[in-house]
Amino acid sequence: MLTFTLRRLVFAVPTLLFIALVIFLLLELAPGDPMAQVPLTVPPEVKEKMRLALGLGEPMHVRFVLWLKQFFIVEPIHLVDAIFGSSLGEGMQRVISWQTRSPVMDIVVQRMPQTLWVVGMSYVLGVLIALPIGIYSAYRQYSWFDQIGTFVSMVGFSVPTFFTGVLLIVIFSVNLGWFPSIYDTTHKVTDLESLLFQIKQMIMPVSVLALYNAAQISRFMRASMLDNLNQDYVRTARAKGLKEKTVVLVHVLRNSMIPVVTVIALGVPTVFGGAIITEQVFKVNGLGQLLITAIQANDLPMVQTLTFIFAVLIVVFNLIADVLYGLLDPRIRYD
Amino acid sequence: MTDISQEPVHSSNQTAPEKSRSYWSDVWRQFRSHKGAMMGAVVFFGILLLVIVGPLIYHVDPTYIDIRSRNQGPSLAHPFGTDQLGRDILARMMAGGQVSMAVGITAMLISLILGTAIGVLAGYFKRLDGWLMRLTDLFLALPLLPLLLVIILLFRDPLNRAFGPEGGIFILMVTAIGITSWMQAARIVRGDVLALKEREFVLAARSIGTTPLLMILRHVLPNVLSPIMVSATLGVANAIITESALSFLGLGFPPDFPTWGRLLFDGVDYLQQYPERVIFPGVAISLTVLSVNYMGDGLRDALDPRIRGR
Repeated sequence: MLTFTLRRLVFAVPTLLFIALVIFLLLELAPGDPMAQVPLTVPPEVKEKMRLALGLGEPMHVRFVLWLKQFFIVEPIHLVDAIFGSSLGEGMQRVISWQTRSPVMDIVVQRMPQTLWVVGMSYVLGVLIALPIGIYSAYRQYSWFDQIGTFVSMVGFSVPTFFTGVLLIVIFSVNLGWFPSIYDTTHKVTDLESLLFQIKQMIMPVSVLALYNAAQISRFMRASMLDNLNQDYVRTARAKGLKEKTVVLVHVLRNSMIPVVTVIALGVPTVFGGAIITEQVFKVNGLGQLLITAIQANDLPMVQTLTFIFAVLIVVFNLIADVLYGLLDPRIRYD
Repeated sequence: MTDISQEPVHSSNQTAPEKSRSYWSDVWRQFRSHKGAMMGAVVFFGILLLVIVGPLIYHVDPTYIDIRSRNQGPSLAHPFGTDQLGRDILARMMAGGQVSMAVGITAMLISLILGTAIGVLAGYFKRLDGWLMRLTDLFLALPLLPLLLVIILLFRDPLNRAFGPEGGIFILMVTAIGITSWMQAARIVRGDVLALKEREFVLAARSIGTTPLLMILRHVLPNVLSPIMVSATLGVANAIITESALSFLGLGFPPDFPTWGRLLFDGVDYLQQYPERVIFPGVAISLTVLSVNYMGDGLRDALDPRIRGR
């Protein structure tokens, strides 16, 4: 298992390099001039100097390696500095946003909590809703609960989040006035009242994403439970005289959780991607919103870094899913 | 002995329907028995018909601006009302539906052709297998929505210059969605081709000297049709959602060229006063995707021999 994990880790490196190259080349080959916003009255030689100041003077491959160095070496060093208060990274060039002229990573760190709160909360909630629904609808297959559950999960899976979000705003903010339609990120939780407000403003974005995730995961849970419920070992367990609760919740559930756990792990990066839309609907200024504004402002270093962070998430969680699968299921041997 | 004596009676009862049974009629029978799938098919083709035939009956220009009659509620002249520039919402919904459906179907075709080609090549030719599957894995590790946003942003203007504002964005959208969604189809097709290669009829065909090209066209492709069909239906749903998500983020079609996603995006600004402007396109997208997903479910059941027998 350890050798497999190590092998997978080693294979992740070329994958990440390839993705970095794809993102870099895409932005490089694209027409689009960072100097397009500069007024026409600025003389060409000054423009040329500005271009050099942005680091655009070097040839393409030099800039690619430089970016990799900044992302993988300089930024982690600065992270260490920020945590321990040391000054190892003194004088090292960081990835600078063209929009704000400040290090990209600083802005990412500022935006991270909002995204993590909304996305993380909704994913946990989605999983917590999905598992019991999936288990029960598989146990009572074709019952009315199963029929309704399957229909609702199909709807939740088909209706795009930007529509459910807007629909919730229409119902709960415009008509009923229960929840605010815009997420206030400057809000600080200090006492009970502000905590209540925080919960209120989180309900809608979280429930939109949670519904979408729950729909997908409950389908997997149901299918996986159904696969296991008809197996011989279930009959054996019942024949031994075990209680029905033990049979379903211990024997069957443990075996059905194996593929579901991997699906949950694989779903994490997708949820971050999907949050881009939800953040836009509820005006949460998280990572997704940062990406959209950076794209609109032609801020290439920011776009590059953010897209790459999403890619790193995908690769890391694929790795986690693979390793988990091997750990949970002793039948699976990668060697 | 009793078994044998009963047999003729039994088979004579069965002969009449038995003769007409072919693979596809079997599939069709199973598909029809799936209620959700039938409902889905009816709704999907209903929407398709409405969107295609509707504008032929309802002669209102979706881009005609009548500023005097803006923001009207539903009336006889404008069944769905008018928007902030006095354009007829029903006409815009139908025009938007045409574009959304066209994008969905074209993008699905592109991703299907790519996925099938890569899947068949990887499954059939051992030398290509490793490379193509590694490529598929790499594509699966790309963050698709951020990349799509970047692609659209960067290539919108040059393509608009080359093909006009509408053609350019259409080509861009369809290719971008197509080349980022072929991976699942390729994986499934490859698996099926690998299994098919071990079958006797393939061996027989090879022994009479069938060339690889003919082999793929005559023997392999018809046999992997069922997974391709299932991924085709699901591909349409995926493409429609992606297109409307991009339009919703403001990076899709231009405002005077409506799609359902764009209409929803425009409607959000007037959410407080006219919520129906968001609800009409949202319901249209959701219904289409839901019906396509149900069709896909039914199709998967109908094409699965383990289920069809029952």
